[in-house]
Amino acid sequence: MKYLDEYRNGDAAKRLADAIAREASRHHVVMEICGGQTHSIVRYGLDEMLPETVELVHGPGCPVCVTPLEAIDRAHAIARRDDVVFCSFGDMLRVPGSETDLLRLKSEGADVRIVYSPLDALRVAQENPAREVVFFAIGFETTAPPNAMAVSLAARRGIRNFSVLVSHVLVPPAIDAILSAPDNRVRGFLGPGHVCTVTGLSEYEPLASGHRTPIVVSGFEPVDLLEGVLRVVRQLERGQGTVENQYGRSVRPAGNEAAQALVTDVFEVRDQKWRGIGAIPRSGLGLREKYTAQDAERKFDVGALRTNEPAECISGEILRGVKKPWDCAAFGKRCTPERPLGATMVSSEGACAAYFAYGRTEKRRRLPLAEAPA
Amino acid sequence: MCLAVPGRLVEVSMDGDVRMGKVSFGGVSRGVCLECVPAAVPGDYVLVHVGFALSVIDEAEANRVFAMLAELDPGALEEATS
Repeated sequence: MKYLDEYRNGDAAKRLADAIAREASRHHVVMEICGGQTHSIVRYGLDEMLPETVELVHGPGCPVCVTPLEAIDRAHAIARRDDVVFCSFGDMLRVPGSETDLLRLKSEGADVRIVYSPLDALRVAQENPAREVVFFAIGFETTAPPNAMAVSLAARRGIRNFSVLVSHVLVPPAIDAILSAPDNRVRGFLGPGHVCTVTGLSEYEPLASGHRTPIVVSGFEPVDLLEGVLRVVRQLERGQGTVENQYGRSVRPAGNEAAQALVTDVFEVRDQKWRGIGAIPRSGLGLREKYTAQDAERKFDVGALRTNEPAECISGEILRGVKKPWDCAAFGKRCTPERPLGATMVSSEGACAAYFAYGRTEKRRRLPLAEAPA
Repeated sequence: MCLAVPGRLVEVSMDGDVRMGKVSFGGVSRGVCLECVPAAVPGDYVLVHVGFALSVIDEAEANRVFAMLAELDPGALEEATS
């Protein structure tokens, strides 16, 4: 397909990897933010094409992974109700809450439906006026405009049986949290290409200059990712910390202003908890007061929720790039995609699930973390 | 989750006050909301995420990386294209 196949060209990828090997004179730790990028890197073995000087670590940009347990448990409590049709993106169905998951609830008789788009959920509401239709509105900045559109249309068209359970996260506060942690190892970032298609680059500039850390906003195909790494390495070699845009075919510096206007109308920034990481100030989105009627959290009182997360899971350290999946004793043994213990194993875009799916069950890196220069 | 796929816009239509369109992904077409790409016209390639076009692909920018590769290693490119 046009604009995909040419970016999967093996010769181009090899030439970029060779250039990275020529230019990286010392150890660099580079984090890709987005789960889609992680999946691509592991799927195509890009990390193994890189010289031993360049270590890729995998960031928190998998919204399925970082949706907090409270939100998952609330979704389950709402989905259990007899009057509710619960609509969700497919990848949320296997995510374990404290007691169960949506797939199991569905098999027990709950009306849980997979939708491709939030507008499909809105259509379900129009077709079932006697039922309450709830959409699990999760995601990063990329998914905020579509989710905002569904909310705005429900309000404009008076579709009263449609509401959304919101758990939206934002990338820049997470980058700030990672760089501010005392045990941080990350020296450069591949920025999230689809998030920045919506938001533009302006929020990343103070992060790059404030932390003197290069951020190269990158696409998702092998050539995109390797060019992104090359540009991060070049900055690190020169001691620079600026924002560059590798993914110009989609990312405009100002982002998509129509999409931003939709998001601003429906959502406001709020503090947000991330599964595996904890609370990050002003790192999420909640519905504005004028959309209270579309807020499933207010519409359905599910009482107090008591969450229960397995203590053994190290996903918090993996999401911050401090550890790799194979540093966990449970990885691939007590924790698998079928029976995940925590955040990074629950979605195919999580680092643990990607490593498991592509057979990375053992250490293959040449530099043990403890010996890697900071 | 932030997966977005490029496809060719084939047709623009209205659903009430919402601008919609048909986008072809390698021959398979589906309905897409065009509210966020008001300037998109049939023939444009748009990047689609969960049924929403989020950008129009910029062709000149799309080719830039290959020009950069040629600069990186001109000999290899000649080999590859000869």
